[in-house]
Amino acid sequence: MSNLSASEDANAIVVCPDGPILVRGDFEIVSTTGEPLPRTRRTVALCRCGASTIKPYCDGTHKLINFRTEFPADPEKALPDR
Amino acid sequence: MKTPLARGPVSSLLLDQLQQPPSEGDGSSVLLDRIRLSLATTADVVRDEDLQLALFCLYELNYSGLDDVDGHWEWNPGLLGARQLIESAFEDSLRSRVPLPAERPLDSDGVAALLFDLTGKDSGPSMSRFVAKRATREQLDEFLIHKSIYQLKEADPHTWAIPRLNGRAKAAMVEIQADEYGGGRPQRMHSALFARTMRGLGLDDSYGNYVDLVPALTLATNNMMSMFGINRRLRGAIAGHLAAYEMTSSQPNRLYGNGFRRHGFDDQVTWYFDEHVEADAVHEQIAGRDLAGGLVESEPELLEDVLFGASAVLTVDGWLSEHILGCWEQGQSSLRPSVPEAA
Ligand code: FES
Repeated sequence: MSNLSASEDANAIVVCPDGPILVRGDFEIVSTTGEPLPRTRRTVALCRCGASTIKPYCDGTHKLINFRTEFPADPEKALPDR
Repeated sequence: MKTPLARGPVSSLLLDQLQQPPSEGDGSSVLLDRIRLSLATTADVVRDEDLQLALFCLYELNYSGLDDVDGHWEWNPGLLGARQLIESAFEDSLRSRVPLPAERPLDSDGVAALLFDLTGKDSGPSMSRFVAKRATREQLDEFLIHKSIYQLKEADPHTWAIPRLNGRAKAAMVEIQADEYGGGRPQRMHSALFARTMRGLGLDDSYGNYVDLVPALTLATNNMMSMFGINRRLRGAIAGHLAAYEMTSSQPNRLYGNGFRRHGFDDQVTWYFDEHVEADAVHEQIAGRDLAGGLVESEPELLEDVLFGASAVLTVDGWLSEHILGCWEQGQSSLRPSVPEAA
């Protein structure tokens, strides 16, 4: 196995459609001043809808507020005209 | 676990037989005949106290066993035949009553989106809202007693599936289960957190202690998971079951926690619920996309069963909530009358 694929294996960020961002691997979650934030599991879901009651983690509230993240089918078309 | 009390002819024949040492050519033909008769005459196998208890005891031989029952009964051919008879009637009944969505997505994002859609529509009576706002102190006990049948062995039925899965689906199942089992810390196992909650309310946390008090429907929700988990051919259904279970967990657990806080219980008691708010928001993503979706990508013919397993949780757990809330609305207990203590 090459070094590149070994390091790709170590950490992964999964962008979940209409939902949180899953982070898996070896990492720390810290405040802006570097204090570790409470963390009790290896793989975490980070809220990106802004509505969770347990931020920075997701609590499923994104489903209640109908949070949508669809990627445009053709990203080029979604950009403003140049 | 302690051996439950019989609820009718089938469970009483079975429990009597289990008191004997196992032998070949034993009396299981009498048991099989009695099961056939009961299956032919029952109004509803899902709500049949006697048949659901018998099935629960048969599965229990594969979990922690029954006190004072010889371990060799677990693989006794006669008992396996008895289990299959009840199982197949139970499965047929569920398949004929559980509605399936029309869509047939074949990629993992599509499967996850459909499962989120299916579980988001769930419109049954809301146990979590009732517990949050209205449940009395006694009703909190009842709520935990119903849940204790599963939660004291939380995650075990889905673990059966691990050797039957491959690749992405297997890795997803193991990742979820490792978290359910506390990530190597026994005191953080979800079953251990649930036991802590029970003790906090003064309930007995020994596994199976309250089986005699719960109705057939509570046993049926457990038997369904065991059936999906233990039968390799139903691995699609157990994957769908877990996905739907996780997808309907975070928000209800937040409300359950609120109900216990409303009665003045501290964070030791609500730890179990608080933990699920965060854990299941992670698990639902992995279970929907990597477990259920990954399984469908590698074995597309299992899609139907994935959807069946998911929809079955919503349906059967919905019937149980209806039963419990129906009793509570009338000021009655949702449990079976308690049996006199043996002298
Ligand atoms: S992304 Fe799930 S609550 Fe915000």
